[in-house]
Amino acid sequence: MARVEIRNLNKTFDGVHAVKDVNLDINDKEFVVLVGPSGCGKTTTLRMVAGLETISSGEVLIGDKVVNELPPMDRDIAMVFQNYALYPHMNVYDNMAFGLKMRRFGRAEIDARVRAAAEILGIQAQLQRKPRQLSGGQRQRVALGRAIVRHPKVFLFDEPLSNLDAKLRVQMRVEIKKIHARLGTTAIYVTHDQVEAMTLGDRVVVMKDGVVQQVGEPLELYNAPANRFVAGFIGSPAMNFATVTIAADADGFLWASNEGIHIKLPAEVAGRLRKHVGESVTLGIRPEDLRAATSSDATDLVVDVMVEVVEKLGSEILLDVKVGPSTMVAAVEPTVGAKVRDRLRLALNPDRLYFFDGASQAAI
Amino acid sequence: MAVSEVATTSDTYTASVRRWPITRLLEDERWLSFVLLLPTLVLLSLFIAYPFVKGVELSVTDAKVGVPGNFVGMQNFAALLNDSIFRIAVWNTIVYTAVTTVFKLAFGLWLALLLNRNFKGKAFTRAFILLPFIIPTVLSTFAWKWMFDPTFSVINWTLFRLGLITSRINWLGDPNLALISVIIVNIWRGVPFYAISLLAGLQTINPELQDAAAIDGARPWQRFWYVTWPLLLPVTMVVVLFSVIQTFADFQLVYVLTGGGPANATQLFATYAYQIGVGTGLLSQGAAISLAMFPVLLVVVIVQLLYIRRVETL
Repeated sequence: MARVEIRNLNKTFDGVHAVKDVNLDINDKEFVVLVGPSGCGKTTTLRMVAGLETISSGEVLIGDKVVNELPPMDRDIAMVFQNYALYPHMNVYDNMAFGLKMRRFGRAEIDARVRAAAEILGIQAQLQRKPRQLSGGQRQRVALGRAIVRHPKVFLFDEPLSNLDAKLRVQMRVEIKKIHARLGTTAIYVTHDQVEAMTLGDRVVVMKDGVVQQVGEPLELYNAPANRFVAGFIGSPAMNFATVTIAADADGFLWASNEGIHIKLPAEVAGRLRKHVGESVTLGIRPEDLRAATSSDATDLVVDVMVEVVEKLGSEILLDVKVGPSTMVAAVEPTVGAKVRDRLRLALNPDRLYFFDGASQAAI
Repeated sequence: MAVSEVATTSDTYTASVRRWPITRLLEDERWLSFVLLLPTLVLLSLFIAYPFVKGVELSVTDAKVGVPGNFVGMQNFAALLNDSIFRIAVWNTIVYTAVTTVFKLAFGLWLALLLNRNFKGKAFTRAFILLPFIIPTVLSTFAWKWMFDPTFSVINWTLFRLGLITSRINWLGDPNLALISVIIVNIWRGVPFYAISLLAGLQTINPELQDAAAIDGARPWQRFWYVTWPLLLPVTMVVVLFSVIQTFADFQLVYVLTGGGPANATQLFATYAYQIGVGTGLLSQGAAISLAMFPVLLVVVIVQLLYIRRVETL
């Protein structure tokens, strides 16, 4: 049980600045997820916390103690690896017991801890098996078990579910969440999968090119993304973007327009955008905030589109539509009977329009 | 599926009737497999089976060069038991094989572990390491012969300049030093094979295991002992097996350096067999000496193969 603090952390490999000034305070018992596309520095950050990678500059504190110079074994952490990293020549029991043996625990204590972990994970029947005799899900459980038995201060997860098939991934995600709830150990979890990040994290850290883009609770990232990258990364299907120009009309109303869009901005949004009049900005709208317009919809907050692809998912229909020069995805009610090449009018949810600065891409 | 299609279409049926008989024969998998195996079979019989059988045949006769010889049963083998030089050769071969194998494995493993790390010029160093293995043994051994020469020895010169010795060491002339000298050269020549083979074995081990073990609290030597070594063992066993067989039957190195001397101090199975069989012309006795190696090697091979199988099924 411990806090983890990361202060101005940097990593440079052969002239490549992989992690740039990362600052992060992780509370005791908190589950924090680092998410971002590959090469964003999330795994490197995790490996620096683990002690598997040297720190170029900055500090890592575990339990209020600077651990920069400590080897991994002295940091009181446990790690679950992407490829499980189970010792192939040892059976499941020995794989889980290895860390305890290295730390000179007594035989009885080791046995008790291994069996307790096996019970939590439901792998009691596999204790005498070798890793290669196990399925992917079972291997992942053993890898989790190896971390659990140690009762570490911090759990580190490096994309632990990325080798599992989609169904198993969802199942293991739930199990990891349960285990964390049960053990209450501080956890840092790295993934490139935003759904995993949103479902697992108490807080989510979005990274890109070695820089932290935003730290926040899952819904905070979804509802109030700090910039265009976070807006596009969080949420599935991804947010639609269009470049629009802001203009004021004679009555003082603001309009956002391009070749396919001409919408009047609601008063609340208009207030924020007033100083961007005449500028090019990025409009963002999530697929779920587009719906088929009815005759009662105001004509100044709709777009005319042509349907290009129809994806029927059951609970909703995803429409890939052409809006002027750009394409958008709309998640509409399954009752909308749109076909390919249909012309359609979609209404935008006025409360959920996002605007990003044309140059900095920061949220306006 | 393809077979059933062929059988049901009448066109292809008539076509197959018109084919050459040999083509039809090869359609039969039993014949085809025999034909495909034939080249290997011929080569193996010609160069392995025939000499072996011929050797066995010679060893039970009293053939000499130019004399076909008569069947004498196990006489040649019985004579070996009372041959003091043969006993020296057996002992030398065992010492030679055991000592060199231990050192080659130790140095080879050490080099492999070093080469498995990331450093500048890694590819070049790896290629460079192979040099002693690539140079024809006779050539490199001649170079060593000069280095061991009592008068011109660069080793003696260096040791003398360093003040470690005051008189010349007669590397190949002293019976004790001669065996040590050939052992040194054998190790020098054999280490690259071990290093490269073990390096290949090391590279099949997932590097994440090292990370996992480090986090599990294993110190570097514990990581080696509990993780790397057990996973490298199957490869090691195969490498040692090959090496033992090669070293046990080693010939050219000793032949060039000492010719088995001085006073048989470096006489090995192969050199003694050559000396008796070809040098003296007693073909039958030479064959008997060569064959005497066979049971020893057979036991080595069986033991190691059994061990490898056990390790692999772990």
